Amino acid sequence: MHELAVTQSILDISLRHAKEASAKRITDINLVIGQFSSIVDDSVQFYWDIVANGTIAQGALLHFNRIPGEMTCGNCGHTFHPTDKAFECPSCTSGFVRISKGDEFRVDSIDVE
Amino acid sequence: MTARIPVIENILSANDRMAARNRETLDQADVYSINIMASPGAGKTSLILKTLESLNGRLRLGVIEGDLATSIDAEKAAAAGLPAVQINTGGGCHLDAAMLADALPALPLNELDLVIVENVGNLVCPANFQIGTHLNVLIASIPEGDDKPYKYPGMYRGVQVLVINKIDLLPYVPFNMNYFKRGVEILNPGVVTFALSSKTGEGMNEWTDWLVGRVKGNEG
Repeated sequence: MHELAVTQSILDISLRHAKEASAKRITDINLVIGQFSSIVDDSVQFYWDIVANGTIAQGALLHFNRIPGEMTCGNCGHTFHPTDKAFECPSCTSGFVRISKGDEFRVDSIDVE
Repeated sequence: MTARIPVIENILSANDRMAARNRETLDQADVYSINIMASPGAGKTSLILKTLESLNGRLRLGVIEGDLATSIDAEKAAAAGLPAVQINTGGGCHLDAAMLADALPALPLNELDLVIVENVGNLVCPANFQIGTHLNVLIASIPEGDDKPYKYPGMYRGVQVLVINKIDLLPYVPFNMNYFKRGVEILNPGVVTFALSSKTGEGMNEWTDWLVGRVKGNEG
């Protein structure tokens, strides 16, 4: 359900940057979404077609660059993708592990005409 | 001709700015605030009511209740003598900073030490939306199971305090506390953790004593 609020924010940010660049039309929006930031792509696309209607971003394509969650072991330095059952290092079984990727949640760039 | 414009802006930056304004409002009134998040049934409302009881007048408390469409929780809080405001999200799955900004003026902030915001019962959406409180608190209850940090890492990432509730049920349900805590520690190293039961009262004093310390420490 919060995809509507997220979609509206994506539109607001994109329109503001397009206006600053005096663009006539937004053709593409490039998003970077980490695994730990939960939004549903299809749902955002669905809302997009509604909220962008009548703006210069109408019909723009949304591109979701999904970043898988990544953890780095503080013991042996191994980097791995965690499962939804365990976060320990699969190489040395250490629990001294830190998240290195997956929190991303941003509008990276827009393509305009 | 197409041109690429770099943006690199957090998707919820507008919400974050509104959250910062809420924090200013609270700080100007010298009120501490916490945002309580949890899945439905984890015991948010009962923890708030038990916290009131355990505080025993040490703090002047106000409550903002987020809910889908009813005012049951606000009525419970009001019945306990708390200034309470209900935010009905009308089906929305989380509170956002604008909703809190609308609700804050309805509380007598100058007469309060602590505002507790009860977020909508949900382990996914509220984690994305800062609302401007001083602390984000997650309640995890024993019957939910020990795998929740692994299934809902976003929620466990974004809090400063974890309250493990319903520990009186530990003898009756399978819950591997070590497995649970290992996941939490990786997602949120050093998060302040309390284990308690708002039903039996076990562990409540540690939680409320700590809370009083935080509120008093914030007054300047």
